[in-house]
Amino acid sequence: MDLVQLQRQLVDYRTSLYHEGFLDEQFTQLQSLQDENNPDFVVEVVSLFFEDSERLLNELSKALEQQVIDFKRMDAQVHQLKGSSSSIGAHRVQKLCIVFRNYCEAQNVEGCLKCLQQVKHEYGIIKTKLESMFQLEQQILNAGGSIPV
Amino acid sequence: MGLKLQQSYHHSVTVKVNEQMGTKRGYTFIQANRAWLPKFLLLWVMVMAFLSTWIYKKMDADNKVRRKEVLSSMCDQRARMLQDQFSVSVNHVHALAILVSTFHYYKDPSAIDQETFAEYTARTAFERPLLSGVAYAERVVHSERENFERQHGWTIKTMKREPSPIRDEYAPVIFSQETVSYIESLDMMSGEEDRENILRARATGKAVLTSPFRLLGSHHLGVVLTFPVYKSKLPPSPTEQERIEATAGYLGGAFDVESLVENLLGQLAGNQAILVNVYDITNSSDHLIMYGHQNQDGDLALLHESKLDFGDPFRKHQMICRYHQKAPTSWTALTTAFLFFVICLLVGYILYGAAIHIVKVEDDFHEMEELKVRAEAADVAKSQFLATVSHEIRTPMNGILGMLALLLDTDLSSTQRDYAQTAQVCGKALITLINEVLDRAKIEAGKLELETVPFDLRSILDDVLSLFSEKSRNKGVELAVFVSDKVPEMVMGDPGRFRQIITNLVGNSVKFTERGHIFVKVHLAENPKPMEDPKAETCLNGGSDEDALVSGARQFKTLSGYEAADERNSWDSFKHLVADEELRYDASVKMKAADEASQSVTLMVSVEDTGIGIPLIAQDRVFMPFMQADSSTSRNYGGTGIGLSITKCLVELMGGHISFISRPQVGSTFSFTTVFGRCKRASFSDTKKPNAEDLPSGFRGLKAVVVDGKPVRAAVTRYHLKRLGMLVEFANSVKIAASACGKNGSSCGSKTQPDIVLVEKDSWLSGEDGGLSLRTLDRQQNGHVFKSPKMILLATNITNAELEKARAAGFADTTIMKPLRASMVAACLQQVLGTGKKRQPGRGMLNGSSVLGSLLCGKKILVVDDNMVNRRVAAGALKKFGAAVECAESGKAALKLLQLPHSFDACFMDIQMPEMDGFEATRRIRMMESQANEQMNGGTEEGSIRTGEWHIPILAMTADVIHATYDECLKCGMDGYVSKPFEEENLYLAVAKFFKTKPISDS
Repeated sequence: MDLVQLQRQLVDYRTSLYHEGFLDEQFTQLQSLQDENNPDFVVEVVSLFFEDSERLLNELSKALEQQVIDFKRMDAQVHQLKGSSSSIGAHRVQKLCIVFRNYCEAQNVEGCLKCLQQVKHEYGIIKTKLESMFQLEQQILNAGGSIPV
Repeated sequence: MGLKLQQSYHHSVTVKVNEQMGTKRGYTFIQANRAWLPKFLLLWVMVMAFLSTWIYKKMDADNKVRRKEVLSSMCDQRARMLQDQFSVSVNHVHALAILVSTFHYYKDPSAIDQETFAEYTARTAFERPLLSGVAYAERVVHSERENFERQHGWTIKTMKREPSPIRDEYAPVIFSQETVSYIESLDMMSGEEDRENILRARATGKAVLTSPFRLLGSHHLGVVLTFPVYKSKLPPSPTEQERIEATAGYLGGAFDVESLVENLLGQLAGNQAILVNVYDITNSSDHLIMYGHQNQDGDLALLHESKLDFGDPFRKHQMICRYHQKAPTSWTALTTAFLFFVICLLVGYILYGAAIHIVKVEDDFHEMEELKVRAEAADVAKSQFLATVSHEIRTPMNGILGMLALLLDTDLSSTQRDYAQTAQVCGKALITLINEVLDRAKIEAGKLELETVPFDLRSILDDVLSLFSEKSRNKGVELAVFVSDKVPEMVMGDPGRFRQIITNLVGNSVKFTERGHIFVKVHLAENPKPMEDPKAETCLNGGSDEDALVSGARQFKTLSGYEAADERNSWDSFKHLVADEELRYDASVKMKAADEASQSVTLMVSVEDTGIGIPLIAQDRVFMPFMQADSSTSRNYGGTGIGLSITKCLVELMGGHISFISRPQVGSTFSFTTVFGRCKRASFSDTKKPNAEDLPSGFRGLKAVVVDGKPVRAAVTRYHLKRLGMLVEFANSVKIAASACGKNGSSCGSKTQPDIVLVEKDSWLSGEDGGLSLRTLDRQQNGHVFKSPKMILLATNITNAELEKARAAGFADTTIMKPLRASMVAACLQQVLGTGKKRQPGRGMLNGSSVLGSLLCGKKILVVDDNMVNRRVAAGALKKFGAAVECAESGKAALKLLQLPHSFDACFMDIQMPEMDGFEATRRIRMMESQANEQMNGGTEEGSIRTGEWHIPILAMTADVIHATYDECLKCGMDGYVSKPFEEENLYLAVAKFFKTKPISDS
């Protein structure tokens, strides 16, 4: 009974993530790539994303603190971030990155700072949400159930 | 940039126009000499005038010659006659002279007196028609005068009837004809002319003539003929003196020339036409007229002289003839010449008119041609403009759409969200429209080029069907494809454009069809003739026709039982097609050999639906761009109406025709033909049809029974099963199938035992005892040792309740959802039969991932991306399809890995990378490859062992899929692109294209 509830909870939670636009169908694709040969694919990729994103966000913060800001470099870094977020289907982060890049191109420091804050915020949210989702999944697996598709 | 581009277009267009005009203006002779035409006409008229004058002159001269000839002949004739008559008279006078000498002098006494002479001469006057009379004068010398006068009793008188004066000698007339009796006793010597005559006559001894003078008695002109009469016989050649001595007298006759000639000529024809004058021309300076008037009018221009010989050598006579009237104007000649001139004038004018007309027409023609060229140039320019503009519009449109998407992600009030969503929907519609316009413009500008690569038509049709399967399933519309066995497995053509055509047509059909079916049928265009061979039908029960009428509602023998617009697709004709193939299978080897002889194959593709149809009024403008049936169509169904016009263009580019039959509220059938190249068997047999989905061969030889009341649908099912190599039989209902199985099972053993029974949902539901018989079927099988056949339900859409029922009824094995596709059927069968590779039936299973798997399985692929996450995802995706993946995190690393020789089959390359971007990396790789190729070709010229060149397919991975990027990709040597993140369909398209083309370039 407990297991079924957990499973339902996971499904609801995941649905809400899609619904609120945190995730898009790319994440579904990602899940579909996971099979018995590669059981931890999603978690692996997502943690890669976390690693990469944190590094990038740090570098971006540093770059914006500099006297002379290297917008080109920043643009490339935001591009990276955009690429990885779109790869895992972190929809909101990806969209923000597009705006961020526009500011970088326009060399708008104000805008960049604002955007960086937003991206960090969104990143934080998605990280939390994904982590809690994985926890749920883990719980289900530990309880001996299968993850509903 | 855009302006400059357009200018250069303009320039090139005008240049083209000029070139065309230059080459096209071929001058004709007439055109070249147009200025000379009036002069030619004038010259012609002058020449013709001259010619007609000449003709007139010639004819006139002919006339004159003839006139002259006539005159001379008439004149000669008259002269000869006159002369003849004259000589006759002379001869007679001569005879008279001899008579006188004989009977007057040699007889003594004389036998002649005046009476005798008068009588004789009167009776012989007819002998001397020209003589008015004859007389004899005796020579009397003066010494004998008295004696003579006494003897005769009269005195000798002169011409003036006075007694003659004394002279040496006299010549008094003693005998005379009665007509001239008045000259008796007159001395002939007294007249000047007579005297001379007498003297001359007696000297010569011949007849002599006087010159013409007025005769005594008559006042007519005349001449006197005198003959000497000698007393004694003369010696053979007497001297003049001897003659004079011997002279006894003189016989004379008067020729009354005037009246006599008049008489004579009167007897001849043509007397009125000519004037005759007779002259004495002894004195050549003074011609004495003998006959005719001295001064006459008449034609002085033309005369003819004829010599007359009256037997007197001393005198010369001449006859001169002339016409009474001047030569009449020759009307014939004049008319002929005039008519000739007029005709020539007319001919000249007609020619001139024709030439002028030709010149005008040619001028018009050239003008039209120029206009046409200009119009065409304008049309091309328009298309180019459209192409450019729509291309340029897309870039900002992408921006707008992106921004709208961003806007939608922000916190918006519901109204704002609604507005933004509307804007986004409109924008997407606009982008679709622009893409279509661009396509059309490209076609019109002639920029669309078709590929010629081998491809598998059947798998493309399956793909298109799978695209629409979701929609059709939701609508409850049956979607099916059938490809005739005669259609070759691989054909040469443009798969992309073929797919576009099919997608367009099927898309339309799906859009407009709410019930019934959509049926795509492909067969060779050259077998429309039906074959009437009942044996070919392999239905388990031949009496399927009886079930065509189902109680009440009329059932049509189409795929779904709904009426279709084009009867040709109904079972009646369709079965012939199928039957035909049945036969063909027997003699397949021979036929195949014959088929492969021809280079190309013409396919007939028809897409039949049972939708709303096209209103009759709209049918003739279906293929015109932006024309939909009516304005409500786009409201209800969306779309721009450009799709069909593009389809038509594409079909025509492929060398075919498109047509349709449509009945409102019944449905439409679009059919088109298309010409594909035949694929040489050798070229793909050794490369194992890389793009064709490798249908598993594990089902070969399995036996299946299809239970379906609708023969068309059953044939479609069989088509798919046959592709898997299965043997298929039909059964009209479950009952029949069950009984057949049972019978076979008990009597014939396992040979005819079916492995699989596929039951159409309709057939199952319609037979109320369906479930029951199925169970009996099951039980029967269970009773025997044979393994029971697998039961499979075929359904377009199925509700949960029905599914439950089906499970309960015995379809425990599986349900195959339509539309059927061979690969999908294969997958389901694998699952059911438990054969083949164990594969997890994920959601990708039904969507072509098995296809992808077959494409990518075992391939070694390099993924180049600087983004760790992306790299991982891409690798994961590719690995999932069975590829061996290696990763590189930068262009440089990729270069290192791709140092020749390497064993990669393909490379996916990110474009935006630091240091060395994807374009640059690709360029370097290509450079490396071309160097290696050169070395290899230079080194091993003789060996054809390794003919393949180094060319690793490189596919760009890019997030923004706009055309500009694509063009750049191609420019730097890439083979295509995939959107990032990967979407299966997109990935499949890109990979399929490349893995298909590769073997061709290699072989």
